[in-house]
Amino acid sequence: MNILMTGMSAVLCIAMLGAALLAIRVKGDDSLPLSILAAGLVSLFASVLFLILAAPDVAMTEAAIGSGLTTFLFFFLLARIRGTAQTVDKNDGSALDGRDYD
Amino acid sequence: MDALLPILGGLLLVGGAAFLLLGGLGLVRMPDLFNRIQAGTKATTLGTLLTLSGVACLQPAWGLKLLLIGLFILYTNPLSSQVLARAAHRAGTEKSSKTMVDRLAEDTGEK
Amino acid sequence: MIEFLVYVAAALTGVAFLLALYRFLKGPSAADRVVAFDALTIISITAIVLTALVEGRGIYLDVALVYALLSFLGVIVIARYMERGL
Repeated sequence: MNILMTGMSAVLCIAMLGAALLAIRVKGDDSLPLSILAAGLVSLFASVLFLILAAPDVAMTEAAIGSGLTTFLFFFLLARIRGTAQTVDKNDGSALDGRDYD
Repeated sequence: MDALLPILGGLLLVGGAAFLLLGGLGLVRMPDLFNRIQAGTKATTLGTLLTLSGVACLQPAWGLKLLLIGLFILYTNPLSSQVLARAAHRAGTEKSSKTMVDRLAEDTGEK
Repeated sequence: MIEFLVYVAAALTGVAFLLALYRFLKGPSAADRVVAFDALTIISITAIVLTALVEGRGIYLDVALVYALLSFLGVIVIARYMERGL
């Protein structure tokens, strides 16, 4: 492990900390998709870190499952939940939590 | 020729990394979303392709796999950026005050 | 000489990575963060290829290939979600 790999590991660790803090601290209208995006970014950085630590098989699994499948599944379920709230809104005229679902 | 190829590869690596740096700089400095999309996608695509060709010059045995990665990025990255820009345009992202022309809004008959 | 050029390229890539990360953490809207996510994935592919070059192991390039596929699918899914909820 030379100086280049050490520097890349340090930058990746700082980036993972920043993305994880963003995932739990983000506020606003669409904070839930942004949290999913930041969590996907954390596992993306973790995958590069596994690669630097000389484990390419673990890195490939982490990239496929953690960064790809989990993000896709979370977005799919979020869209399904939002669709349910829309249906309720259409039936009795009021949204579940009072927000305006477009 | 054999002595020239690694030097060419190193220069291609530095050039590609410089384009990546310019893309990151544009991502920070550009005023609105659509300018950021074009800076953050075109420049990084060119930078990655230059870096891949530089590595292919340094390690000629990896050429086929690097060509596959390069072709994949070349086909998918403009497509994803176009889909993202269209989604942001439909969601009504505000444009910078310097934007004069909006052909997509003219074509779809908005405004 | 060649090693020095590789190190310069890695340093420039690291600076580009930090700039895109700043846009991801700061980004005013959600779409800005998606653009920064895309750029970060592309820069990570370059970092993986540079790691393979420095370590001299061609098997690392498979991870870059998986990455190129997954970043495309991820951005498409997010854009569809933003457009009309998948």
